[in-house]
Amino acid sequence: MSAVDPLHDRGALEALAQPRDLAAPEPLASLGRRLRGFGRIVERGLGILLFLAVWEALPRLGIVSDAYLSPPSAVLGTIIQLGLDGQLWKHIAASLQRSLWGLLLAIAAGVSLGLLMGGWRRLENIVDPVLQLFRQTSAFALFPVFILFLGIGELSKVAIIFWASFWPVLLSTIGGVKQVDRLLVNSARSMGASQRFIFFKVVLPAALPSIFTGVRLAGAYCITALVAAEMIGAHSGLGFLTLNSQETFQIPTMYSGILLLAVMGLLLNYLLALLEGRLLRWRQGLSLDD
Amino acid sequence: MAIKISARDVLMDFPARDAQQRVSVLQGFDLDVREGEFLSVLGPSGCGKSTFLSILAGLTARTGGRIHIDGQQLAGVNRSQGVVFQGYALFPWRTVLDNIAVGLEIRGVGREQRRRTAQAYLERVGLHGFGHSYPHELSGGMKQRVAIARSLAYEPDVLLMDEPFAALDAQTREILQTELLRIWEQDRKTIVFITHSLDEAIYLSDRVAVMTQRPGRIKDIIDVPLARPRSNEIRNSAEFVALRQRAWDVLKDEVQFGVHPAAAARPTSPHPLRPLQELA
Repeated sequence: MSAVDPLHDRGALEALAQPRDLAAPEPLASLGRRLRGFGRIVERGLGILLFLAVWEALPRLGIVSDAYLSPPSAVLGTIIQLGLDGQLWKHIAASLQRSLWGLLLAIAAGVSLGLLMGGWRRLENIVDPVLQLFRQTSAFALFPVFILFLGIGELSKVAIIFWASFWPVLLSTIGGVKQVDRLLVNSARSMGASQRFIFFKVVLPAALPSIFTGVRLAGAYCITALVAAEMIGAHSGLGFLTLNSQETFQIPTMYSGILLLAVMGLLLNYLLALLEGRLLRWRQGLSLDD
Repeated sequence: MAIKISARDVLMDFPARDAQQRVSVLQGFDLDVREGEFLSVLGPSGCGKSTFLSILAGLTARTGGRIHIDGQQLAGVNRSQGVVFQGYALFPWRTVLDNIAVGLEIRGVGREQRRRTAQAYLERVGLHGFGHSYPHELSGGMKQRVAIARSLAYEPDVLLMDEPFAALDAQTREILQTELLRIWEQDRKTIVFITHSLDEAIYLSDRVAVMTQRPGRIKDIIDVPLARPRSNEIRNSAEFVALRQRAWDVLKDEVQFGVHPAAAARPTSPHPLRPLQELA
């Protein structure tokens, strides 16, 4: 046995297991980390500022006609004005309602069906060919069908968002369930776990990282489908605002719609990432190949 | 001493790829495990020793033969057994303490009682201060300590260990072997320990059951009368070396670089020492 036995030496053991920044004392290291974080924010902010400056300069200097491109200052002014006269909230509320309903239904249906299909091979064998066909059918191609069945109202819009968001959730859930390590299931079985325990406390948490990959993707698809749905036969929503403003030559308002849709997408992605971080806290510091 | 586990004429086979024949993993497998003993099952790789453990744990259904535990016919998972796997099988989303408490949770033990018991077993395997770490933050040896604590925490009558230290480096393996003996000395529950290492089998066990190659059965059982508690130095004693030689004499015909018995009848292999080194 070697002279320094890491398993019998408590200090060495802890140092081995907790890879902390031991080079610098704790307050100094934390200050250094904060400075590095601050530096990164400055760098990232710089990129945005540069972009905004170029955007502002192009129409102001007359390089691009402001009939085509409104400067960000004008866009911001329009957003504030829309906010003041109450129009903005109507559009945002309509868009949020549609996208969240579609997304939440897609997550609920995708995860439930995915867990069933991943755990029950026969069901998957029967349903899979149909699903493969459906998956390849664009949500936009199906929009006329949705309108035919569900009318021009909210239902068909939620349906198209649901269709677009459902597939990534379903497929990543099936994949996640199938990839669950047999050893973990056997380990739970060997301790006398019930099927219920294995399903909810082994299979579900083991599949969760994969499920979240699908949910994040669904979040992105949901915004895309929202815009498309609102550009066809809608009277409210940010997608409607954007297209309608273009048709009525209110170019600053058009850019406001685009900007707000982008912000909405970013916020949704941020919220999903936050949720993922909370639910998958145990993966912190886990390398990707582990 | 009372017989804890009795296996008679156990058969395990499955259809071969062409479906005309059946491939046997275990055939005519007889073994008695005594109450409170540390028994190792030693065999060449692929001999079916892990399959036997899996059958004993109730995770795999045997195709024939009888197994009785405490006089009861074995049918499915037995809740009074604990299993330790080679691959640790810890739940990565649970902290060390929650991992140790899983078996208790399955048995419906209350949260507070679970926490206290888990803490006690955490100390027992020498992982004080790591209760709130996640498995991926631990080394292989520490993970296996957690797995051992987890299987002990619900106080099973029998501990089934499937090559638990095979994936660890040599030094950690020796440390954990000594630790396992220390823990076992406290209550001497029955342990069935699967291994392919001669040293490990002799160092740990009261008896070593040596298996044939596939289809596996017990070829011979070697008593290990070394005094307990055993220190690590015992490995260098003349007694240990003699036992090791005896076990090797039984085992060596079965380790023929994976060649079938008929083919292995040819003159001695070009590297007569290699299997010995691999097994060590």
